[in-house]
Amino acid sequence: MQVSMTVNGQQRTDEVEPRTLLAHHLRDNLGLTATNIGCDSTSCGACTVMVDGLTVKSCTVLALQAEGSEVTTLEGLSTDGELHPVQAAFRSEHGLQCGFCTSGMVMAAVGVLADNPNPTDREVREGLEGNLCRCTGYHNIVQAVLKAAESGPAAGQVPSAKQEVTA
Amino acid sequence: MSILGTRVVRTEDPLFLTRGAVYTDDLTDPRLAGALHATFVRSTVAHGTVTEVDASAAREAPGVVAVYTAEDLGDLQPVPPPLPFLDAGFARPWLVPVGGRVHFVGDLVAVVLTEERYQGEDAAEMVVVDIDPLPAVVGTAAAATDETVLFPEVGTNKVAAFGEPAPEDFFADCEVVVTRAIVNQRVAAAPLETRAASAAWGEDGRVTIWCTNQGAQQAQGQIAGWLGLDPKLVHLVTPDVGGGFGAKIGADQEYAFVAWLAQQAGRPVRWAESRSENMTGMLQGRAQDQVITIGGDRDGTVKAYSLVVNQDCGAYPRIGTVLPTLTMLMAAAVYDIPKVHAQATCYATNGTSIGAYRGAGRPEATAAAERAMDLFAAEIGMDPADVRRKNFIAPFTEPFTTSSGATYDSGDYAAALDRVLEAAGYAELRAEQARRRERGDVRQLGIGVSAYVEITGADSGHGTSENAELEVHPDGTATVLTGTSPHGQGHATTWAMLASEQLGIPVEKITVLHGDTDRIPDGGGTMGSRSLQQGGAAVHQAAVELVEVARKRAAELLEANPDDLEVDLANAGLSVKGTPGTGITWAQLAADEQLIVQTTFTANAPTFPFGAHVAVVETDVESGKAVVTRLITVDDAGTIINPLLAEGQRHGGIAQGVGQALLEEILYDEDGNPQTSTFADYPFVSATELPSFELVEMATPTPMNPLGAKGIGEAGTIGSTPAVQSAVVDSVAHLGVRHIDMPATSMRVWRAVREAQKGSTN
Repeated sequence: MQVSMTVNGQQRTDEVEPRTLLAHHLRDNLGLTATNIGCDSTSCGACTVMVDGLTVKSCTVLALQAEGSEVTTLEGLSTDGELHPVQAAFRSEHGLQCGFCTSGMVMAAVGVLADNPNPTDREVREGLEGNLCRCTGYHNIVQAVLKAAESGPAAGQVPSAKQEVTA
Repeated sequence: MSILGTRVVRTEDPLFLTRGAVYTDDLTDPRLAGALHATFVRSTVAHGTVTEVDASAAREAPGVVAVYTAEDLGDLQPVPPPLPFLDAGFARPWLVPVGGRVHFVGDLVAVVLTEERYQGEDAAEMVVVDIDPLPAVVGTAAAATDETVLFPEVGTNKVAAFGEPAPEDFFADCEVVVTRAIVNQRVAAAPLETRAASAAWGEDGRVTIWCTNQGAQQAQGQIAGWLGLDPKLVHLVTPDVGGGFGAKIGADQEYAFVAWLAQQAGRPVRWAESRSENMTGMLQGRAQDQVITIGGDRDGTVKAYSLVVNQDCGAYPRIGTVLPTLTMLMAAAVYDIPKVHAQATCYATNGTSIGAYRGAGRPEATAAAERAMDLFAAEIGMDPADVRRKNFIAPFTEPFTTSSGATYDSGDYAAALDRVLEAAGYAELRAEQARRRERGDVRQLGIGVSAYVEITGADSGHGTSENAELEVHPDGTATVLTGTSPHGQGHATTWAMLASEQLGIPVEKITVLHGDTDRIPDGGGTMGSRSLQQGGAAVHQAAVELVEVARKRAAELLEANPDDLEVDLANAGLSVKGTPGTGITWAQLAADEQLIVQTTFTANAPTFPFGAHVAVVETDVESGKAVVTRLITVDDAGTIINPLLAEGQRHGGIAQGVGQALLEEILYDEDGNPQTSTFADYPFVSATELPSFELVEMATPTPMNPLGAKGIGEAGTIGSTPAVQSAVVDSVAHLGVRHIDMPATSMRVWRAVREAQKGSTN
């Protein structure tokens, strides 16, 4: 079947099997491999992306369910070579080690800050409960989200759709 | 100013944060164009005899290129056990044949090659496998009876035994003796990236294998051996690796299988496992049943200590078989105990094979010793911190050999404990605990204290050496090749810092490469907290040697006396003493003639990081739920090169320790069926279950390497696990509870309180 969506500001139309998961569509068909798959049970959040401004676990969404939607992945977060405030804070606070959870964690953090621009330590932890990390013990991830919050509302926003490009 | 000791942010991160790292399943290497997907058909029965494998329907399924069963393996010989002293009968088949036995849920029975990823799952479901179940052997107690023997040709489930029983009079001179059976449970390493491998054969008859692993060179040798290939024909590459924690040490049979399949199919092959496959197929950790006995006098002096270990090796014994020897070596822990006895017996069971997991043998030693100290303290009515202080090895700067045979390099255990107790506000915590107990609060406070020492940089099959190559290029950039194998530790940054310190080249201009056996044929990988003290020391040594090579050349070019030249860091080169900026840069020298150094650093001996942790928990005594509210830690790893990254290692380690102490356990039912084979079932520790950590600094340099660095990768786990367990026990100790096995779940705590109230000892 055909599926169309805007991914990181670009209009994409592709042929997919109906059962194709959004995560596999992004990775295998669109080559956006920053989005990782870490479990089969919607538990780890490594595959977290933004669909129409909400964080979703893309391993539990069919590509077809994103028909007509605006999808943002980690690759679409920085603009003109400038790190997004959450990306910058993950770097300055050493919020990543092996990097496998990072893509989903960063997207989830943007979602947390969109809902709550000034979270407490505990609120950040609760907001990221669905995203697992084995390396950092979450300490520096929480610090990074708190740091990103200092940069204001931009930390909870994704870049708006750029000009449409026909695939 | 020296760059060493400063908080340099990682050079790896800009790419990781914008494009994402490139893990094995992300590869778009042109050699993998048109790759087939491998999907393994695994046993769903823990122990049984295969009576039928019918792949005929699967072979007709859409997209299927081939299905291999045991009949299709040609000359492939079963993989011998990985340790020379193991009985050859423990060999693992590539695919279990009809008439053969499966030995765990996840054992390989068939493999499917398909054009597309999803087609593989469909076709694998269509392979009919019939297995006649045999009684399953779950745990070491069942294994030890030999009522059911896993490998009849071996004749026993006993895989190995180390040490002798303690003499009968071992505790004869003790006023008080406490003994207890405790469990250091089986846990999953659970790196976020599951196992994955790809392989492509070239026209030159060589195969390139990409896989997620902690040491390319070791994996290359193993795979070549299993496939009967000259190692020179195997080019092994480890792309970015999404965590390992010990479980990615050594090749897995699936990796070699992918290479073999690519050869058979005449096309490249890719494999990336699912999480549920990973939770049964990937090496797991710990899995020790222990009996601890501690004896001493009522003044708090410990006179004798015994640790008896029964190690569950899982179905096919691997590296987990020798890890109890590290437990035995470290049995004496931080204590100056006159008599220490340690002994271990290892058994095959119908579980997943056991390998290394963060700490690998040492956390089990520390957990045992710390439980013993707590039990002894409770028995004589002494504060657990005081009992520890009374029995610590006195501060030492010259090597000290313990009663269990380890020679520690340097340590001051009392200082570590004092620092952490002060930072925690120990006296006030005890006062608050007393108030809550007095009031009979529902939420009681528990305070756990641990002290630890561990061995890092031990010989893990590669000696205590590591190599480095350093080249400065004419454009002023530099390249470091290392035999270590980072998978989150940040070597690209730290190794660059070590070179920058000597050469003045900014870290951004230094590229660190690893994990490619064509470019780096030798290397020990990253495991056992060895990397900085051996691999980092090798980079430091290479930089120092490169300066000397450059000095001789510069002296000739400048017609100067080499002794009159000094390193001019600001200009990334050499200048005549006292006149910076007047000399010649490394880049200019490199333009004149290749400027490159290859070197090997050999450590004199392993190092012994140490520390002390305080965990504070609040336990709801009615529900049994314990919540960790504070974790305060001293982790002394000698000189710190990059505090930002060292703290990150501590954080991650601490969290994994909390996970084991409170939550995580791999469980089987009586038939050997895994009960925890997804992340929905396995309680992987999450952000909500942890506080932010309070780290206290302490750095006692080691004399074993020029950096003064000890290992830091595993220390946090080793310290936090017993501290948290102890805190949970302590929170209900006033109700009569002496011990709760890990994981100290709500159910276990609730039961322990109930049992204590009924008057039975626990």
